[in-house]
Amino acid sequence: MAEQRTALAQKTALAHQFDDLAQQHEASNLGMWAFLLTEVMFFGGLFVSYTVYRTAYLAGFIAGSQHLNVLLGTLNTAVLLSSSLTMALAVHAAQEGHTRLLSRFLLLTMFLGLVFLGIKGYEYALEYHEGLVPALNFAYTGLHAPQVKLFMIFYFVMTSLHALHMLIGLSLLTVLAILAWRRRFSTTYHTPVEVIGLYWHFVDIVWIFLYPLLYLVG
Amino acid sequence: MAAVIPRRVYYSVYAILLGLVLLTWGLSYLHLSHPLSVSVALTIAIVKALLVVLFFMHVRYSSWLTWVFVGAGVAWMGHILILTMSDYLTRGIVSGW
Amino acid sequence: MESTAVTQHAHYLNVRYGLRSWLLTTDHKRIALLYLVSITFFFFVGGVAATLMRLELMTPQGDLVQSETYNRLFTMHGIIMIFFFLIPSIPAVLGNFLVPLMIGARDLAFPRINLLSWYVFDLGGVFTLVALIAGGVDTGWTFYTPYSTVYSNGYVVLTVVGAFITGFSSILTALNFVVTIHTMRAPGLTWFRLPLFLWSLYATSIIIILGTPVLAISLVLVGVERIFHVGIFDPTLGGDPVLFQHLFWFYSHPAVYIMVLPSMGVVSELITCFARKRPFGYTFIAFSSIAIAVLGFFVWGHHMFVSSQSVYASMVFSFLSMLVAIPSAVKVFNWTATLYKGAIAYDAPLLYALGFIGLFTMGGLTGIFLAALAVDVHVTDTYFVVAHFHYIMVGGTVMAYLGGIHYWWPKISGRLYPEGWAKFAALLVFVGFNLTFFPQYVLGYLGMPRRYHTYPDEFQVLNVMSSAGASILALGYVIPLVYLLWSLRYSPLAGPNPWEATGLEWQTPSPPPTDNFAVTPVVTQPPYAYDTQEEEAPVG
Repeated sequence: MAEQRTALAQKTALAHQFDDLAQQHEASNLGMWAFLLTEVMFFGGLFVSYTVYRTAYLAGFIAGSQHLNVLLGTLNTAVLLSSSLTMALAVHAAQEGHTRLLSRFLLLTMFLGLVFLGIKGYEYALEYHEGLVPALNFAYTGLHAPQVKLFMIFYFVMTSLHALHMLIGLSLLTVLAILAWRRRFSTTYHTPVEVIGLYWHFVDIVWIFLYPLLYLVG
Repeated sequence: MAAVIPRRVYYSVYAILLGLVLLTWGLSYLHLSHPLSVSVALTIAIVKALLVVLFFMHVRYSSWLTWVFVGAGVAWMGHILILTMSDYLTRGIVSGW
Repeated sequence: MESTAVTQHAHYLNVRYGLRSWLLTTDHKRIALLYLVSITFFFFVGGVAATLMRLELMTPQGDLVQSETYNRLFTMHGIIMIFFFLIPSIPAVLGNFLVPLMIGARDLAFPRINLLSWYVFDLGGVFTLVALIAGGVDTGWTFYTPYSTVYSNGYVVLTVVGAFITGFSSILTALNFVVTIHTMRAPGLTWFRLPLFLWSLYATSIIIILGTPVLAISLVLVGVERIFHVGIFDPTLGGDPVLFQHLFWFYSHPAVYIMVLPSMGVVSELITCFARKRPFGYTFIAFSSIAIAVLGFFVWGHHMFVSSQSVYASMVFSFLSMLVAIPSAVKVFNWTATLYKGAIAYDAPLLYALGFIGLFTMGGLTGIFLAALAVDVHVTDTYFVVAHFHYIMVGGTVMAYLGGIHYWWPKISGRLYPEGWAKFAALLVFVGFNLTFFPQYVLGYLGMPRRYHTYPDEFQVLNVMSSAGASILALGYVIPLVYLLWSLRYSPLAGPNPWEATGLEWQTPSPPPTDNFAVTPVVTQPPYAYDTQEEEAPVG
């Protein structure tokens, strides 16, 4: 019964423009990599801007960074790296045809992603209480105040953009989890899992760079 | 189709990644002087990113075309950074210019 | 002559009727036509803005519109023409239609993403049109800070959102092309057997993928600063408004190659067909497309020579800008060599291609003027620059676009277009174009600044010439719209290969069936095998 369902799923899995599943897999993979290239350049513009100002205002950026909670930032880095592990294990399960394990790892990845966002939200609340949110309640008047404000703008723009990408990732994982539950994946067809896995890992990599650049300045 | 990597590879990579996070965090308490601190932190970040790209994203086992795409991303990121900074780093070298 | 006979075979146009079959299609050929409708609409909106501008500029005083209004007109003209006409035109219309046909595939790699890209394009267009109707924006299409972020009274956020959204449309199309060309070529179709049009679209797609996101983030940052009244370009925080220019031009310079590379690909197809010759130096032309795409990312600072950018960086950008002219020149020389001793047929598509070569060369050479730092200091922000880029964008890209539309019209519609009217319109465009824009070189050199609705009296004669030329140019654009639509009903049927051209797209009926080829073709010949084609009896 499960085999029949899998065979049916595979037959309908080949899109008409492709000659075979291998071509479709290669195309989907390349397509996601090309999309990730655009994401590299999207965040890249922010990283370049950050570098310009950090080079000019190192003292101000150090002062700004010291207001961030390094413990929570480090914890979040570990959480996100763990979610990358569970995502890789999810892909592995899909490759081996272990549908239930796939579902479990997808849910675990989603859970870790939610933990990350929860911690991030808590950090934002802390920063709000300390009067560090530009445009809302920025009240810092110490040394290098304008550049601390500039730093905080980068902090909020970069981390919220990252968080937005996490939310998109979580939505994609939800779709994957539903498809997995409906037994749409098999050893011969699990391309969406791989491809969304690539996206998830990329979002992790962005954070890998955000962490030292925002939390560990000086 | 894509290579299937043994799970122990993933676990080993994960252990190294966690170790690197702890290392970065621990080093931050040493309050190293400026150029050293950012170099170390960024180097560790690059190593982490490489591990994720090569193993979690399977690039180590992927086609040369995938390598080209990844290389293009790294190259272009570096390019916009270097050429933009070339403006900011050379302003005001000679007074009036 | 079967001028009114109904086409006999089933093809992509008659396979299904009704609005839903068009709005929910995943057929790349139908999506190409959806794009054709959208971009033609935007072309005329942008044209209306240009008409009002040229009317105002007939007199030295500001008597038709106020300066505020004029600022909004040139801004809208730029935004609409660049983002909603030039960038999508050849890739989204001709590219979408032809890429699968030229590689022997049934469709692109991602047909649903292709349809999505059209909807995304229209959504971005809606935002921009709403901004326009609400009163527009006056920052120039360049959105320089701090004017755009702090002082402008226009609908900046609405407009940057529109441009941001449309950028995704561009990216999705580029992704599709890159993946399709890499993974779906027909058996035997190696890279060096690809038509040069595909090389140019591939290079264009690289630029779109690597450049557009940087525009996206720069627009996000402008939006953030405008909404929250605090941002990274704010000097009171130590911010640098010129940083915006770096991010903006990092995309917007390569963007001009997004606009011109596909048109060069079209010209390669037209020249080879109408000279009935292999292209001279196929490999050089192919690689020059890639070279232009790559080098184009190294020169953006030449838009910032007078911005407070470091002089040393400016010198580097100046030198690199001279270099980027080389691959373009390679193409011009190779096209010329292809024409030499060819069996030339002066059909309308070739007239457009010849116009392209002449006008692009002039525009390109004036680019070298501008690349020279010392010259640019004097002519920057004058009509010299305006003339330069219109020679390339209008004299180049738009002419190639029209040439391509005519050349592939029989394939797209199954009908021939009326050749006499087409030649006449091509000539009108060429004459009108030169009369419009050549005086602008002189005006700029004499010192008339751009983006002003008034000017000193001594510039009036040249301005009147320019406006008169614009009216001829406009006529030249309207006439094809009329006869192409007319041809859909009243022209003779085209047959699969009315030009006796090489290329896989001509090996299938006109219009093609939905899946393009009954049997996937196998390629055994080198490209452009005109010299080994057997002589056939003339058609019709």
